[in-house]
Amino acid sequence: MTLRASDLRIGMVHTERVVEDLTRTQIVQYAGASGDYNPIHTDEVFARQVAGYPGVFAHGMLTMGMTARMLTNLVGDARLTKFGVRFTNQVWPGDTLDASATVTALALRDGVHFAEFEVSTVNQNGVQVLSGYAEARIES
Amino acid sequence: MAIRFPIEAGHIIMFARALGDANPVYADESYAKASETGGVIAPPTFAQASAQFDPEYPLRPKIGKPWFGSGKAPSGLAMTETKGAGGGLHAEQHFEYHRPVRAGDVLHATVKPGKTWEREGRRSGKLTFSELVTEYHDQAGNLVVTARSVGVRTERPVDNN
Repeated sequence: MTLRASDLRIGMVHTERVVEDLTRTQIVQYAGASGDYNPIHTDEVFARQVAGYPGVFAHGMLTMGMTARMLTNLVGDARLTKFGVRFTNQVWPGDTLDASATVTALALRDGVHFAEFEVSTVNQNGVQVLSGYAEARIES
Repeated sequence: MAIRFPIEAGHIIMFARALGDANPVYADESYAKASETGGVIAPPTFAQASAQFDPEYPLRPKIGKPWFGSGKAPSGLAMTETKGAGGGLHAEQHFEYHRPVRAGDVLHATVKPGKTWEREGRRSGKLTFSELVTEYHDQAGNLVVTARSVGVRTERPVDNN
Protein backbone atom coordinates (compact mmCIF):
# COMPACT_ATOMS: atom_id res chain seq x y z
CA MET A 1 0.00 0.00 0.00
CA THR A 2 1.73 3.12 -1.22
CA LEU A 3 1.92 6.10 1.09
CA ARG A 4 -0.12 9.04 -0.22
CA ALA A 5 0.38 12.75 0.35
CA SER A 6 -3.04 12.89 2.01
CA ASP A 7 -1.76 10.40 4.64
CA LEU A 8 0.90 12.83 5.81
CA ARG A 9 0.76 15.69 8.32
CA ILE A 10 3.59 17.86 9.52
CA GLY A 11 4.84 16.51 12.83
CA MET A 12 3.85 12.89 12.14
CA VAL A 13 6.46 10.43 13.39
CA HIS A 14 7.08 6.98 11.95
CA THR A 15 9.44 4.58 13.70
CA GLU A 16 10.82 1.19 12.74
CA ARG A 17 13.18 -1.07 14.69
CA VAL A 18 15.93 -1.66 12.15
CA VAL A 19 18.11 -4.06 14.12
CA GLU A 20 17.84 -6.00 17.36
CA ASP A 21 21.05 -7.18 19.07
CA LEU A 22 23.40 -6.31 16.21
CA THR A 23 25.80 -9.17 15.53
CA ARG A 24 29.46 -9.00 14.60
CA THR A 25 28.51 -11.27 11.68
CA GLN A 26 26.14 -8.66 10.26
CA ILE A 27 28.98 -6.15 10.48
CA VAL A 28 31.15 -8.62 8.54
CA GLN A 29 28.40 -9.04 5.93
CA TYR A 30 28.30 -5.29 5.53
CA ALA A 31 32.07 -5.06 5.20
CA GLY A 32 32.03 -7.70 2.49
CA ALA A 33 29.19 -6.19 0.51
CA SER A 34 30.23 -2.56 0.83
CA GLY A 35 33.93 -3.13 0.34
CA ASP A 36 34.89 -1.30 3.53
CA TYR A 37 37.19 -3.78 5.24
CA ASN A 38 38.50 -1.33 7.84
CA PRO A 39 39.59 -3.69 10.64
CA ILE A 40 38.12 -1.33 13.22
CA HIS A 41 34.76 -2.88 12.30
CA THR A 42 35.61 -6.57 12.05
CA ASP A 43 38.91 -7.26 13.77
CA GLU A 44 38.65 -7.29 17.59
CA VAL A 45 42.41 -7.68 18.04
CA PHE A 46 43.14 -4.63 15.90
CA ALA A 47 40.27 -2.56 17.33
CA ARG A 48 41.42 -3.11 20.93
CA GLN A 49 45.17 -3.42 20.74
CA VAL A 50 46.03 -1.06 17.92
CA ALA A 51 43.18 1.42 17.64
CA GLY A 52 42.48 1.60 21.38
CA TYR A 53 38.71 0.98 21.25
CA PRO A 54 36.79 -1.34 23.61
CA GLY A 55 36.08 -3.58 20.61
CA VAL A 56 34.79 -3.47 17.04
CA PHE A 57 31.98 -1.10 16.14
CA ALA A 58 29.64 -0.90 13.17
CA HIS A 59 30.26 1.12 10.03
CA GLY A 60 28.31 4.36 10.14
CA MET A 61 27.16 3.40 6.66
CA LEU A 62 25.62 0.20 8.00
CA THR A 63 23.48 2.29 10.34
CA MET A 64 22.67 4.66 7.48
CA GLY A 65 21.69 1.74 5.24
CA MET A 66 19.45 0.24 7.92
CA THR A 67 17.87 3.64 8.50
CA ALA A 68 17.24 3.90 4.75
CA ARG A 69 15.20 0.73 5.02
CA MET A 70 12.82 2.49 7.44
CA LEU A 71 12.47 5.29 4.88
CA THR A 72 11.82 3.08 1.85
CA ASN A 73 9.36 0.99 3.87
CA LEU A 74 7.57 4.25 4.66
CA VAL A 75 7.59 6.13 1.34
CA GLY A 76 7.99 3.25 -1.13
CA ASP A 77 10.77 2.24 -3.50
CA ALA A 78 12.74 4.59 -5.76
CA ARG A 79 11.12 7.66 -4.19
CA LEU A 80 13.91 9.19 -2.13
CA THR A 81 15.36 12.35 -3.67
CA LYS A 82 17.68 13.24 -0.78
CA PHE A 83 19.06 11.45 2.26
CA GLY A 84 21.83 12.74 4.46
CA VAL A 85 23.07 12.01 7.95
CA ARG A 86 25.60 12.84 10.64
CA PHE A 87 27.00 9.93 12.62
CA THR A 88 26.66 11.09 16.20
CA ASN A 89 27.59 8.09 18.34
CA GLN A 90 29.09 4.71 17.62
CA VAL A 91 27.04 1.56 17.19
CA TRP A 92 28.34 -1.54 18.96
CA PRO A 93 27.63 -5.28 18.70
CA GLY A 94 24.52 -5.99 20.77
CA ASP A 95 22.88 -2.67 19.98
CA THR A 96 19.20 -2.43 19.13
CA LEU A 97 18.36 0.51 16.89
CA ASP A 98 15.09 2.31 16.25
CA ALA A 99 14.96 4.65 13.25
CA SER A 100 12.41 7.46 13.06
CA ALA A 101 11.22 9.87 10.41
CA THR A 102 9.32 13.03 11.38
CA VAL A 103 7.49 14.93 8.65
CA THR A 104 8.86 18.49 8.62
CA ALA A 105 7.46 19.84 5.35
CA LEU A 106 5.06 18.97 2.54
CA ALA A 107 5.29 20.61 -0.87
CA LEU A 108 3.84 20.42 -4.33
CA ARG A 109 6.32 21.20 -7.14
CA ASP A 110 5.34 20.91 -10.81
CA GLY A 111 2.41 18.68 -9.87
CA VAL A 112 4.56 16.31 -7.79
CA HIS A 113 4.17 15.95 -4.01
CA PHE A 114 7.30 15.98 -1.90
CA ALA A 115 7.71 15.28 1.80
CA GLU A 116 10.69 16.33 3.91
CA PHE A 117 11.65 14.40 6.98
CA GLU A 118 13.91 14.78 9.94
CA VAL A 119 15.56 11.42 10.54
CA SER A 120 16.91 10.07 13.82
CA THR A 121 18.16 6.66 14.88
CA VAL A 122 18.61 5.82 18.55
CA ASN A 123 19.98 2.84 20.41
CA GLN A 124 18.50 0.85 23.30
CA ASN A 125 19.70 3.49 25.78
CA GLY A 126 18.00 6.31 23.88
CA VAL A 127 21.37 7.58 22.65
CA GLN A 128 21.13 9.08 19.18
CA VAL A 129 23.52 7.32 16.82
CA LEU A 130 22.51 9.05 13.61
CA SER A 131 20.82 12.35 12.87
CA GLY A 132 19.72 13.47 9.43
CA TYR A 133 17.13 14.38 6.85
CA ALA A 134 15.40 12.93 3.85
CA GLU A 135 13.19 14.09 1.03
CA ALA A 136 10.91 11.85 -1.03
CA ARG A 137 8.41 12.04 -3.90
CA ILE A 138 5.07 10.98 -2.54
CA GLU A 139 2.09 9.55 -4.41
CA SER A 140 -0.72 12.13 -4.75
CA MET B 1 39.86 9.72 -13.25
CA ALA B 2 36.51 7.94 -13.18
CA ILE B 3 35.86 4.60 -11.49
CA ARG B 4 33.72 2.26 -13.54
CA PHE B 5 30.96 0.91 -11.30
CA PRO B 6 28.75 -1.80 -12.81
CA ILE B 7 25.51 -2.20 -10.84
CA GLU B 8 25.15 -5.92 -10.42
CA ALA B 9 22.14 -7.91 -9.26
CA GLY B 10 24.17 -10.30 -7.07
CA HIS B 11 25.98 -7.41 -5.39
CA ILE B 12 22.63 -5.76 -4.64
CA ILE B 13 21.32 -9.01 -3.09
CA MET B 14 24.31 -9.29 -0.74
CA PHE B 15 24.22 -5.59 0.16
CA ALA B 16 20.50 -5.63 0.97
CA ARG B 17 20.98 -8.79 3.02
CA ALA B 18 23.75 -7.11 5.03
CA LEU B 19 21.29 -4.33 5.90
CA GLY B 20 18.66 -6.85 7.00
CA ASP B 21 16.40 -5.64 4.19
CA ALA B 22 14.19 -8.42 2.84
CA ASN B 23 12.40 -6.14 0.36
CA PRO B 24 11.99 -8.34 -2.75
CA VAL B 25 12.59 -5.35 -5.05
CA TYR B 26 16.31 -5.89 -4.34
CA ALA B 27 16.39 -9.64 -4.98
CA ASP B 28 13.45 -10.89 -7.03
CA GLU B 29 13.58 -9.83 -10.66
CA SER B 30 10.00 -10.87 -11.53
CA TYR B 31 8.63 -9.12 -8.46
CA ALA B 32 10.65 -5.99 -9.24
CA LYS B 33 9.59 -5.95 -12.92
CA ALA B 34 5.93 -6.09 -11.91
CA SER B 35 6.34 -3.38 -9.26
CA GLU B 36 6.30 0.37 -9.79
CA THR B 37 10.08 0.46 -10.12
CA GLY B 38 9.99 -1.75 -13.23
CA GLY B 39 13.07 -3.73 -12.24
CA VAL B 40 15.64 -4.48 -9.57
CA ILE B 41 16.95 -1.25 -8.02
CA ALA B 42 19.79 -0.62 -5.61
CA PRO B 43 19.16 0.30 -1.95
CA PRO B 44 19.61 4.02 -1.17
CA THR B 45 23.16 3.81 0.20
CA PHE B 46 24.45 1.32 -2.40
CA ALA B 47 26.50 3.92 -4.29
CA GLN B 48 29.01 3.74 -1.44
CA ALA B 49 29.83 0.18 -2.58
CA SER B 50 31.62 1.63 -5.60
CA ALA B 51 34.60 1.21 -3.27
CA GLN B 52 34.77 -2.41 -4.48
CA PHE B 53 35.70 -1.09 -7.95
CA ASP B 54 38.20 1.55 -6.87
CA PRO B 55 41.69 0.10 -7.41
CA GLU B 56 43.18 2.63 -4.95
CA TYR B 57 40.61 2.17 -2.16
CA PRO B 58 42.71 2.07 1.02
CA LEU B 59 40.34 0.10 3.26
CA ARG B 60 40.62 -3.13 1.29
CA PRO B 61 43.55 -5.57 1.64
CA LYS B 62 45.70 -5.51 -1.50
CA ILE B 63 46.88 -8.87 -2.77
CA GLY B 64 50.51 -9.39 -1.86
CA LYS B 65 50.79 -6.27 0.29
CA PRO B 66 50.91 -5.99 4.10
CA TRP B 67 47.58 -5.14 5.68
CA PHE B 68 47.05 -3.02 8.77
CA GLY B 69 44.58 -5.49 10.30
CA SER B 70 45.65 -8.39 12.48
CA GLY B 71 47.17 -11.69 11.45
CA LYS B 72 49.85 -13.16 13.69
CA ALA B 73 50.42 -9.68 15.14
CA PRO B 74 47.75 -7.13 16.07
CA SER B 75 48.68 -5.24 12.94
CA GLY B 76 50.44 -6.32 9.77
CA LEU B 77 52.18 -2.96 9.65
CA ALA B 78 54.82 -1.75 12.09
CA MET B 79 53.08 -0.53 15.25
CA THR B 80 54.65 2.89 14.80
CA GLU B 81 52.74 3.32 11.55
CA THR B 82 49.37 2.62 13.16
CA LYS B 83 49.77 3.88 16.74
CA GLY B 84 48.11 7.09 17.76
CA ALA B 85 44.65 5.74 17.05
CA GLY B 86 43.89 9.00 15.29
CA GLY B 87 42.23 7.07 12.53
CA GLY B 88 39.73 8.59 10.19
CA LEU B 89 36.06 8.27 11.05
CA HIS B 90 33.06 8.88 8.87
CA ALA B 91 31.30 11.98 10.19
CA GLU B 92 28.60 12.64 7.59
CA GLN B 93 27.21 11.18 4.40
CA HIS B 94 24.75 12.80 2.01
CA PHE B 95 23.08 11.51 -1.13
CA GLU B 96 21.07 13.29 -3.78
CA TYR B 97 19.22 10.92 -6.12
CA HIS B 98 18.53 12.14 -9.66
CA ARG B 99 17.06 8.85 -10.81
CA PRO B 100 16.94 5.32 -9.30
CA VAL B 101 20.07 3.17 -9.61
CA ARG B 102 19.12 -0.03 -11.45
CA ALA B 103 20.72 -3.45 -11.81
CA GLY B 104 22.37 -3.38 -15.22
CA ASP B 105 23.40 0.28 -15.06
CA VAL B 106 27.07 1.02 -15.53
CA LEU B 107 27.93 4.13 -13.56
CA HIS B 108 31.13 6.13 -13.54
CA ALA B 109 32.19 7.72 -10.28
CA THR B 110 34.31 10.87 -10.27
CA VAL B 111 35.59 12.19 -6.96
CA LYS B 112 36.36 15.82 -6.19
CA PRO B 113 37.94 16.94 -2.90
CA GLY B 114 35.97 19.54 -1.02
CA LYS B 115 36.71 21.72 1.95
CA THR B 116 38.83 20.97 5.01
CA TRP B 117 38.19 22.52 8.42
CA GLU B 118 39.09 22.03 12.10
CA ARG B 119 37.48 22.41 15.47
CA GLU B 120 38.00 21.28 19.07
CA GLY B 121 36.03 18.18 20.00
CA ARG B 122 34.60 17.58 23.49
CA ARG B 123 35.69 13.96 23.68
CA SER B 124 38.61 13.56 21.35
CA GLY B 125 40.82 16.64 21.07
CA LYS B 126 41.35 18.47 17.80
CA LEU B 127 39.06 17.36 14.98
CA THR B 128 40.01 17.79 11.34
CA PHE B 129 37.11 17.45 8.89
CA SER B 130 37.47 16.88 5.16
CA GLU B 131 34.87 16.64 2.47
CA LEU B 132 34.72 14.59 -0.75
CA VAL B 133 32.07 14.90 -3.44
CA THR B 134 31.44 11.91 -5.73
CA GLU B 135 29.32 12.21 -8.83
CA TYR B 136 27.93 9.04 -10.40
CA HIS B 137 27.05 9.34 -14.09
CA ASP B 138 25.48 6.70 -16.32
CA GLN B 139 26.67 5.70 -19.78
CA ALA B 140 24.57 8.42 -21.38
CA GLY B 141 26.38 10.96 -19.23
CA ASN B 142 23.36 11.65 -17.02
CA LEU B 143 24.04 12.42 -13.36
CA VAL B 144 22.41 9.64 -11.35
CA VAL B 145 23.61 10.15 -7.76
CA THR B 146 25.61 12.89 -6.06
CA ALA B 147 27.30 11.77 -2.85
CA ARG B 148 29.03 13.99 -0.32
CA SER B 149 31.13 12.44 2.40
CA VAL B 150 32.67 14.16 5.41
CA GLY B 151 35.50 12.38 7.20
CA VAL B 152 36.98 13.37 10.52
CA ARG B 153 40.41 12.61 11.97
CA THR B 154 40.65 12.68 15.75
CA GLU B 155 43.64 13.32 17.94
CA ARG B 156 42.65 10.38 20.14
CA PRO B 157 39.99 7.62 19.96
CA VAL B 158 36.43 8.84 20.41
CA ASP B 159 35.22 7.79 23.86
CA ASN B 160 31.48 7.77 24.29
CA ASN B 161 31.09 5.39 27.25
